[in-house]
Amino acid sequence: MDNKQAYKKYVDRRAARSPVLRNCVAAFWVGGSICVLGQLLLTLYRRLGLLLDEASTLVSVSLIFLAAALTALGIFDRIARYAGAGTLVPITGFANSVVSPAIDTKSEGLVLGVGAKIFTIAGPVLLYGILCGAVYGVIYYIVTLFM
Amino acid sequence: MGHILKPRERVRIFSRGSAVGHDEYRGPLGGLFDFHDKTDRFGADTWEKAEGELGRTALNLALNRAKLSHTVLDLLFAGDLQNQCVASSGGLSSFGLPYVGLYGACSTFVEGLLCATMALSSCRELSRVGVVTTSHNCAAERQFRLPLEYGGQRTPTAQWTATAGGCVLLERGESGVCVDRVMAGRMVDGGISDAANMGAAMAPAAADSLLRFFSESGEVPTDYDAVVTGDLGREGSAILSDLLAPHGISLGDRHRDCGVMLYDPDRQDVHAGGSGCGCIASVSCAYFLPKMEKKEMKRILLMATGALMSPSSIQQGGAIIGIAPIVTLEVRE
Repeated sequence: MDNKQAYKKYVDRRAARSPVLRNCVAAFWVGGSICVLGQLLLTLYRRLGLLLDEASTLVSVSLIFLAAALTALGIFDRIARYAGAGTLVPITGFANSVVSPAIDTKSEGLVLGVGAKIFTIAGPVLLYGILCGAVYGVIYYIVTLFM
Repeated sequence: MGHILKPRERVRIFSRGSAVGHDEYRGPLGGLFDFHDKTDRFGADTWEKAEGELGRTALNLALNRAKLSHTVLDLLFAGDLQNQCVASSGGLSSFGLPYVGLYGACSTFVEGLLCATMALSSCRELSRVGVVTTSHNCAAERQFRLPLEYGGQRTPTAQWTATAGGCVLLERGESGVCVDRVMAGRMVDGGISDAANMGAAMAPAAADSLLRFFSESGEVPTDYDAVVTGDLGREGSAILSDLLAPHGISLGDRHRDCGVMLYDPDRQDVHAGGSGCGCIASVSCAYFLPKMEKKEMKRILLMATGALMSPSSIQQGGAIIGIAPIVTLEVRE
């Protein structure tokens, strides 16, 4: 190849693409199933007499627990390798992204290992999520002053 | 003046040892390795220490094969994929041998052979030298990519770091599997910064080395029973072939890539193939060297391919520099 740009173009052109359709189908049915499970749990908790607010919180807690347990058992990553965004987008993906570095960094100790690195993946979501929440709050406050 | 170095005194490989993890054992070459551990732990409590144990095991296997004690070795060249090569120092320090740590990413095995050959052929004080290189999937994933249990998908061009280690022992000698010539790689910047396509990052370096080697030596690929590359994978191998074609060089069926050979793509989810400095080390020690000992292969060209990068350089968008040192081996009576 004559130059780097030409080589990069050639490499990009020949690189096999991820199977987008297959990934979408897998993400749809696994992600959908997780949502159905959430809905079933919600119905169950409501039947047990919880208020809607309490029941929805408990659904999140249950799904987080399930994802964390499956991560610890070494099963979650195998499901995710197939499901992709199907397990990443629901709260299960967030749970996995916190639990997996915690398991991984145990060997470096509880403070500098787990403590310092538990949010290496979830950190950006937390930082910018909270930041956006704060900005939205300020805007909302200003808007309410005039309404 | 030239790039190809011909040792003044002939150097031979007199012993070898290979050890691998579970996935490598399940691959097509599984039964050929001297040792495997299905837990991938090699008796250690962390993955980093496990890689050290892997190297220690490979060296012990090579010493056992030659029925020698480690005290006969005068110098050890070793390297791995971890920061500051801690797997090599951690695993091999107990031998108490003079040690030179090497880093050539996945090219370290041939880099070690090159150094050992130059040392033995020029220093009469040395009689026997060892070369050990290792890589461990779990230690590499942790250092270069994501936590082991993180759930995500990889691109088809990504490669799988092999949990593998290999060791060869060398001495001066005229018979058996001898090192014929060595050639250092040049650092080649192909402009690729995607760590999920290391085959593409290393292929320009591989092409550069082969073109220099064949043009300077006047040889052609068919002069060898096999032109072995380290870990270009399926993607990098195809690119290498495209890069060589305009120069009238075709490797054809002489080309064997250790990263492709190590796993079965239909059964094992390794995408473009294996990688890591244990890849060519273990496959050479378990497959190519035995073939040469049995004289099924007489001359081979070993070219390891390394992607020189760090997690920081990748995050900063820096290009991955490729390097591909060459050593040619021949069987002598």
